[in-house]
Amino acid sequence: MKKFSKIYTALIILFMYVPILTLILFSFNDGKTTVWKGFTLRWYADLFKDSQIISSLWNTLLIALLASLFATVLGTMAAIGINNFKGKKKILLQNAGNIEILTPDIVTGVALMLMFTLLGTALHFKMGFITVLLAHITFCTPYVVLNVLPRIRHMDYAVYEAALDLGCNQWQAFRKVVIHELMPGMFSGFLMSFTFSMDDFVITYFTRGSSFQTLSIQIYSMTHQRISPKINALSALMFVAVLILMIIINIKDKNQEKRKV
Amino acid sequence: MKLKRPSIPYIIWMVVFTMIPLLLILFSAFTDRNGTFSLEAFSKAFGYFDVFLRSLWIAFISTLICLILAYPIAYIMSRQKRNVQNALTMIIMIPMWMNFLLRIYAWLTLLQNGGPVDTMLSFLGIHTTLLGNQGAVILGMVYEYLPFMVLPLYSVMAKIDNGLIEAAEDLGSNKIKVMRKVVFPLSIPGIVSGITMVFVPSASTFLVAQYLGGVDDIMIGDVIDRIFWSDQNTGSAIALILMVAILIFLIILNFFGDEEAIAQ
Repeated sequence: MKKFSKIYTALIILFMYVPILTLILFSFNDGKTTVWKGFTLRWYADLFKDSQIISSLWNTLLIALLASLFATVLGTMAAIGINNFKGKKKILLQNAGNIEILTPDIVTGVALMLMFTLLGTALHFKMGFITVLLAHITFCTPYVVLNVLPRIRHMDYAVYEAALDLGCNQWQAFRKVVIHELMPGMFSGFLMSFTFSMDDFVITYFTRGSSFQTLSIQIYSMTHQRISPKINALSALMFVAVLILMIIINIKDKNQEKRKV
Repeated sequence: MKLKRPSIPYIIWMVVFTMIPLLLILFSAFTDRNGTFSLEAFSKAFGYFDVFLRSLWIAFISTLICLILAYPIAYIMSRQKRNVQNALTMIIMIPMWMNFLLRIYAWLTLLQNGGPVDTMLSFLGIHTTLLGNQGAVILGMVYEYLPFMVLPLYSVMAKIDNGLIEAAEDLGSNKIKVMRKVVFPLSIPGIVSGITMVFVPSASTFLVAQYLGGVDDIMIGDVIDRIFWSDQNTGSAIALILMVAILIFLIILNFFGDEEAIAQ
């Protein structure tokens, strides 16, 4: 790298990481302000004692897991079906998901809230776990379709027929050929859904009703009050979790590349 | 296997959870509290015209700054060896996976009175309030969405063949000319998707301005949030206007993108 490139890259990385590292640094600060008062781990201890935060973490993981699993199934089926349409209908269906992707989150959020409130009064239910789950499935599924469609287009239909000729029944051929071929697309769709769901605040905020808590809602109420350094500890832990996840994915990719070679 | 049927659940799902809610917004915007046709919501929404313009302005400036910052880094990344490219991509992506409220909160900590930046500036004899102005909001926005600009630019630029750049140099182009005649035209699809990915969320974002800006800096997303809980009709009208404005912006942007692509 040339000198200018190096300096510029370093500056961008600094810009992106200084805020996060500052939070991590202050998570070890024995004081409530940004004045250094000595090292402590008590904010971490407080964090793990906070049953509300722990239960929001479980809610977040449960919603992310269920939503991305459901979205993967729904989206893969959709992609298989859409691929068999022809002409204008196909283009229309392919782009249907883009409406959801391009609609600003806040509009999706209030629109769903409007519908859930109406349904709630008609059918006597309150917004909560179920409505958040439905909302998350809605914004995740188009990303699965986007990830799976290109793989279907490149799939060789003859392999499926060969499997049938060689004595597979339809279900076996589907499982061993189609699902096998689509797996990488399904997996990246699932992963995208999972991270978007984990990270979502806006849509959850509007569809959660009054009592259902996720981690981002919890963070919202904590940052709104701006008091507890527990947020810093939480940021540090989330940063480490993301870092570990990224490293694992990276190692996995490298192994795959090696196997291909 | 040649079946269309598997897509039916998805079509139903999208109609129920995307189309119907959006139609409800449309319906709610054109009616009053009792459900009769009315344009009252729009006349109330018009009262927030200045907030609306400010949001588009902040989004525009943030997008522009993101583009200016991201373009060189994306280019630098795309010219590295494969493993360096992968490592840099990861470094850019990691902050994106942190919760967006935490990232905004980080700036709140950094810039607050008596915070690290303020203390450093005081040492240099500069005393100023860093938070509570439009600059802080734009800074937060750029920080939030910079990776969304870098990644699409990088993925397009990574496909530009080094041979093409060398050929242009051999044929007597200087650095600037290579940029203008080779790299820039080939990177237009990346610019278009980068602008889309930054402008749409930043025009409609909420909380960033509440956290980092002053009372006068709130954006249209904050207004929707504030109003919707009490007056769904006006809230719907504003949401509808926002959506249409973004749609028009995207159509214009894609039109430009296509023109440029054809011009090559």
